[in-house]
Amino acid sequence: MTKEEIISAGGSKVAAKPRLLLDVNMHYCPGCSHGVVHKLVAEVIDELGMEDTAIGVAPVGCAVFAYNYIDVDWVEAAHGRAPAVATALSRLNPDATVFTYQGDGDLAAIGTCETIHACNRGENIAIIFINNGIYGMTGGQMAPTTLEGMKTSTTPYGRRVDLNGYPLNITSLVKELDGTCYVTRQAVHTPAAVRKAKAAIKQAFINARDKKGTSFVEIVSTCNSGWKMSPEKANKWMEENMFEKYPLGELKNTVNPK
Amino acid sequence: MAKVIGTVEIDSAKCKGCNLCVVACPTDVLALRAKEVNDRGYHFAYAADPEKCIGCASCALVCPDACIEVYKVISN
Ligand SMILES: Cc1ncc(C[n+]2csc(CCOP(=O)(O)OP(=O)(O)O)c2C)c(N)n1
Ligand code: SF4
Ligand code: SF4
Ligand code: SF4
Ligand SMILES: [Mg+2]
Repeated sequence: MTKEEIISAGGSKVAAKPRLLLDVNMHYCPGCSHGVVHKLVAEVIDELGMEDTAIGVAPVGCAVFAYNYIDVDWVEAAHGRAPAVATALSRLNPDATVFTYQGDGDLAAIGTCETIHACNRGENIAIIFINNGIYGMTGGQMAPTTLEGMKTSTTPYGRRVDLNGYPLNITSLVKELDGTCYVTRQAVHTPAAVRKAKAAIKQAFINARDKKGTSFVEIVSTCNSGWKMSPEKANKWMEENMFEKYPLGELKNTVNPK
Repeated sequence: MAKVIGTVEIDSAKCKGCNLCVVACPTDVLALRAKEVNDRGYHFAYAADPEKCIGCASCALVCPDACIEVYKVISN
């Protein structure tokens, strides 16, 4: 049946481009997880009626142009400083819902201090953390989150713990801080995972709006270009390797305890 | 018996040919155009076997570029 035949038979549209995703080509590589998460953020903001109240803080990293793609107010932060900028935005605009969107190089390397202290202060913000285990934007260098043995352009023979230290599991770390109210780890590699990730992002935005403290949503992601794999292979590799160090699931929820 | 019938509309100009929708489709509806590319040089996705579509929206959920619209009806 064609779309017209389905509609005239009483059917409906069940999926479409999110209204708040601007009609431009995103610069991301084919199959990049960033695109999927952008869609979810745009849908959540729309569903919560936050089009005029959400303020995003964009990072330095591949998502540096997030403000060109999702049609809400944005501020661009210096590398790693998004949680500090978000702190000011949320304190000065109590009616706004403030969120950051950050990669692992941004959030867990140069911005570790801002991340930990914003979470420890319990700033009323949502942090969306795209962990692809690599510096995607600059050509695939090792990040603190890079797995042991993982090949990057700066660890061509694989990350060595004796030389480079251990992969940093920052989500488990911020879970221990009293300021966080909701800490979860998700992915977007399958339809079911996408649905769950969306629910998590929604919960984080609600918490930020309701001033419950800091919500932290890690999305374990792929950077197929940096990993030098096809998008499909990258998803498989992520399942087989990343999920062991970064297991999916809810780590903390003081807002809706189970 | 009630049957679920779906159809997809793919924005082929925006598609980057990443193949993730093809992999996600449970009924093997989708494929990439093997010999054709869009203006940006990508082998875009299309419904190669449209009769099999059940309107589950799996393809649309995983598409990083929001290229896919899904329509669905339950017919008796
Ligand atoms: C102060 C400063 N230091 C270093 C850089 C170079 N730089 C740009 S993006 C980036 C890392 C990005 O990695 P990540 O945050 O993981 O984002 P991804 O691209 O992987 O999504 C670095 C080191 C910079 N732009 N500014
Ligand atoms: S370099 Fe990696 S993170 Fe950046 S757009 Fe490409 S796949 Fe995505
Ligand atoms: S809606 Fe479902 S069945 Fe139809 S093409 Fe997409 S994934 Fe396949
Ligand atoms: S998932 Fe989207 S971008 Fe990728 S091939 Fe399918 S329609 Fe194209
Ligand atoms: Mg990264």
